[in-house]
Amino acid sequence: MNKSLVKTPMRVLDPLFRSTCFEEVSLGYNLDEAMLEAKRCLECKHKPCVSMCPVRIDIPGFIHEIKKGDINKAYHIISKSSLLPGVCGRVCPQEAQCESVCVRKIKGESVGIGRLERFVADYMRDKEDNHFSEVIERKEKVAIVGSGPAGLSCAHDLRKLGYQVTLFDALHAFGGVLLYGIPEFRLPKAIVELEVQKLEKMGVLLKKNIIIGKTYTIEDLFLDGYQAIFIGTGAGLPKFLGIPGEMLSGVYTANEYLTRVNLMKAYQEKAVTPIHIGRKVAVIGGGNVAMDAARSAKRLGAKEVFIIYRRSLEEMPARLEEVHHAIEEGIIFHHQSHPIEIFGNESHFVKRIRCVKMGLGEKDASGRRKPYIIEGSSFDIDVDDVIIAIGTTPNPLIKITTPSLSTNTYGCITIDESGKTSMKGVYAGGDVVTGSATVISAMEAGRKAADAMNHYLNELSLNVLR
Amino acid sequence: MYTILEKKRLTESVTWMTILAPEITRHAMPGQFVMLRVERDGERIPMTIAASNQDQGTITIIFQVVGTTTRLLNELNIGDELIDFVGPLGKRTEINHLNKVLVVGGGVGCAIAYPIVKALHDQHKIVDSVIGFKTKDAVFIDDLFEKYSNQSLLYTNDGTKGLKGFVTEGVKKLINDDIYDEVIVIGPLLMMKAVSELTREKHIKTIVSLNPIMIDGTGMCGGCRVLVNDEIKFACVDGPEFDGHLVHFDELIRRNLMYHEHERKTYDALCKLLEEKER
Repeated sequence: MNKSLVKTPMRVLDPLFRSTCFEEVSLGYNLDEAMLEAKRCLECKHKPCVSMCPVRIDIPGFIHEIKKGDINKAYHIISKSSLLPGVCGRVCPQEAQCESVCVRKIKGESVGIGRLERFVADYMRDKEDNHFSEVIERKEKVAIVGSGPAGLSCAHDLRKLGYQVTLFDALHAFGGVLLYGIPEFRLPKAIVELEVQKLEKMGVLLKKNIIIGKTYTIEDLFLDGYQAIFIGTGAGLPKFLGIPGEMLSGVYTANEYLTRVNLMKAYQEKAVTPIHIGRKVAVIGGGNVAMDAARSAKRLGAKEVFIIYRRSLEEMPARLEEVHHAIEEGIIFHHQSHPIEIFGNESHFVKRIRCVKMGLGEKDASGRRKPYIIEGSSFDIDVDDVIIAIGTTPNPLIKITTPSLSTNTYGCITIDESGKTSMKGVYAGGDVVTGSATVISAMEAGRKAADAMNHYLNELSLNVLR
Repeated sequence: MYTILEKKRLTESVTWMTILAPEITRHAMPGQFVMLRVERDGERIPMTIAASNQDQGTITIIFQVVGTTTRLLNELNIGDELIDFVGPLGKRTEINHLNKVLVVGGGVGCAIAYPIVKALHDQHKIVDSVIGFKTKDAVFIDDLFEKYSNQSLLYTNDGTKGLKGFVTEGVKKLINDDIYDEVIVIGPLLMMKAVSELTREKHIKTIVSLNPIMIDGTGMCGGCRVLVNDEIKFACVDGPEFDGHLVHFDELIRRNLMYHEHERKTYDALCKLLEEKER
């Protein structure tokens, strides 16, 4: 038993060094550190952590194996519930999920569950031989649209059941938001590539550069012999602030900024895709995407980077670790502030942003205090770039060419509890259903839908036999 | 993959290329575009579809060498492959409701105007055309405009071929003499702006095809946003065609210059590299 009140520290790159490059910030535990941290787990009978995990990983179970040094077994326990532990260990908001109810937290810090999950995945990465056993082939073809966490997990589960799975993506590479959204310094792309390669080895057919809704419609997929379809196209459509100055050069959506950096590698010398690197950069928003954009700007060479967020620091939706890292890297936080206008220079480039201070009133529907403008509190910040990271909505391309697919007022596809949409044989999950949410909930939705699709296809084949 | 099946030099800087991409031909229509990438570290650029042949599974593009990626594209030859080619993107040109149309093309924009003229002709609509180029050597496919238009006016700025002057003069003349349901203009932004000003006075609905800075082409990045009737629209999803009377052209002209310096630099570096290679 390790009685330390704080988590075993995780080695990180020095803030001064790391804010000049895109290398991964957190270095993870080694075996000794992981075993030491595992010994902080009390293995409580009522397992509160499990109840707060969206995919119900047997957390005390896998930690028990780490204590014994049997990482292989720990990995198999996690794998029963999660397909992407290397990803989720890095990007899950653990402090709001499993770690939030850890008994150790009553006095001190919770067990570092996320760090341990990541350790297990990393430790097993090069050791794991192709644990995918032969499947009993089935003839039915299924189409998975979008290769983000929902699509990856849905494709995995259906292929394991023997279906002929095709995974489509609109971009020229696979991984969806894991690829274009989350930066290299937080989630190395090699980890995502490995997950995609695993699927390919299992026999999933990968088709890039195909935009369902444009290249092929949902109807085309049925005509081409696909018997069930999963839509996991995410929430990719960026929102704007609706303030004057958003058309100025140097104003980016976080999607554009991060896509230029992550997908198109604008940070590398040899990349052709350009990015405007301001001396001073303002990022609007307080989520993980805002942190990613701000820290990317710093790495690209910006001298001063500001986060402008309308609520207080405590209410920021970003992962705690990301906020800490951002502060360490010198990102300046203007909390309880909100932009009202962006000003440009004579060549139409951003030069200044005007903000107002926000007060916080009664709690609103989200359980957070509702911000209101404090009269006469406006202030200006000189900046060269403004990055808008205030959220995204689902991409409408499939809906436009598939009128019979039901969506709600926010453009999210509506599903029943099994993941079924309003169209026969069509399932959906992840951000396209919920709006921007977490990797782990998208993964869970993909797996749930895979299960429902399996039932549907079984029934279909029974009906044919009758 | 996306193999180049045909390549023709139309002028000094304009190339016609036919590429094998059967999946795109399934739904490709005039007015739509593709995104392409030439090499691994390359950028994604939009390119309007000049022709689509479903039987042969081919897409034709006509492009002018203006920067790094178009230069690299022009270096490829028959039998070479593009690494990425995706589409069809954007909305199609709506022509079913029209009877009499004036199509205006400027420079390489004629490559996009041409399939619209042909489609109108094939649907037995009356179509007139006005096309313009800098000089005689820059003129291409004027014979095709001649062939499929009711009447076709050709302008060169220096008068070395056809009439001397700018397309606006032809447009002014034709909309004075005739009544059109719609004017469709494709070319440089300044030209589309000028023609839209002329037709505004006459209250003739005018459609322009915009080509802003774009990355994904699927509505994800918002880089291609344009102000239309004071609202933010995405050229990739809501366009690329918009009502020319509602487009904020000046804003778009300025936005398109955003990476000018970088583009010049990478282009010059590439040209130098290619020259050295040749030596």
